[in-house]
Amino acid sequence: MYTQGLDQAGKSDPAGAETKAQLDAFQARVDAEEKIEAKDWMPEAYRRTLIRQISQHAHSEIIGMQPEGNWLTRAPTLKRKAILLAKVQDEAGHGLYLYGAAETLGISRDRMVADLLSGKAKYSSIFNYPTLTWADIGAIGWLVDGAAIMNQIPLCRCSYGPYSRAMVRICKEESFHQRQGYEIMLTLCRGTDEQKAMAQDALNRFWWPSLMMFGPSDAASKHSAQSMAWKIKRFSNDELRQKFIDVTVPQAEYLGLKVPDDKLRFDEETGHYEHSDIDWQEFFDVIAGNGPCNEQRMAKRRKAHDDGAWVREAARAHAAKRAKAAA
Amino acid sequence: MSKDEWPLYEVFIRSKSGLSHRHAGSVHAADDDMALTNARDTYTRRNEGVSIWVVRSDRIVASDPAETAAFFEPAEDKIYRHPTFYEIPDEVDNL
Repeated sequence: MYTQGLDQAGKSDPAGAETKAQLDAFQARVDAEEKIEAKDWMPEAYRRTLIRQISQHAHSEIIGMQPEGNWLTRAPTLKRKAILLAKVQDEAGHGLYLYGAAETLGISRDRMVADLLSGKAKYSSIFNYPTLTWADIGAIGWLVDGAAIMNQIPLCRCSYGPYSRAMVRICKEESFHQRQGYEIMLTLCRGTDEQKAMAQDALNRFWWPSLMMFGPSDAASKHSAQSMAWKIKRFSNDELRQKFIDVTVPQAEYLGLKVPDDKLRFDEETGHYEHSDIDWQEFFDVIAGNGPCNEQRMAKRRKAHDDGAWVREAARAHAAKRAKAAA
Repeated sequence: MSKDEWPLYEVFIRSKSGLSHRHAGSVHAADDDMALTNARDTYTRRNEGVSIWVVRSDRIVASDPAETAAFFEPAEDKIYRHPTFYEIPDEVDNL
């Protein structure tokens, strides 16, 4: 998983040092579908927008390990446990690819981590919801990773080379995540009534937060236009959300589960599903830090960071000692 | 890079023998050995490689993108380096 379309473009260069000729030449390269590489000239606002988006994406992968990690010791079988371990390890890997991509823009890893720990940097709202049952692991793989794939496939064509290459790598691995999640749901839905009810309950709780993963509606998303012009973003939040709903509803029907939206209906004319309005207040509350698990997630991340400090220091000391001995 | 941060390494992976190493991304590590194992864990979880190179990012010498045009200019006007520059009659085969 995942990036959220918060779409906050960086402010324009305050010094005004960027000439119109530079900006035009840059836009011409982007328009010609040329990739921008790390050391190329780029507008400061482009750089800042990317740093914000990529680091936020990386933080989401790292925090995203927590809700799933919650079930590692309680997975129903050894097979499920091994699979979940591999998935959580993938999330760490995705975070690392992305931190690496962001670092090419001139921000240090330490700076990004510090911004996450201080609360300055955001991560995806979806990871502030609890995983109450094993079915939630299925729902996360199916819905959350499914929504992530929808978001991330177009990012493989992003104008910034290092980001687009990281996304290609991530998307290849993401498909495993989604399929294993759906398979968990399928197994539960073919099980006892109680197991099926557990699957339904997980869908009920994760459906709306998953739709919110695409970010605010286009009308409320002020900075999308700039990201589109820079080809960082290829589709609007609402377009991607609609696409996700259209492919996911039939998958829910196959499971025999009901999507928790009374107004959901297929419109024969448009070929799309109509749905109820999203509760954006909930979204903004969670982003602002008031979701069910925000505090817990941040406390755990800070503790892990602090607990690991001696390891980082010891590794440095060991490396310095060996370098000295070799000299 | 801050004082406490582990150095950055660039990672190159040979996906199978017969192919050259290709840049995969980067990792932080305290030393060379750790860079190799971190690179393995980060970039080859699905058998993506049979060989890994890691090199400290600050040891890489790169051409300057701002100078790209001038730097590669000497090759621009030497079209006679390409086989299509030479006109050979159709009757002549195997050339």
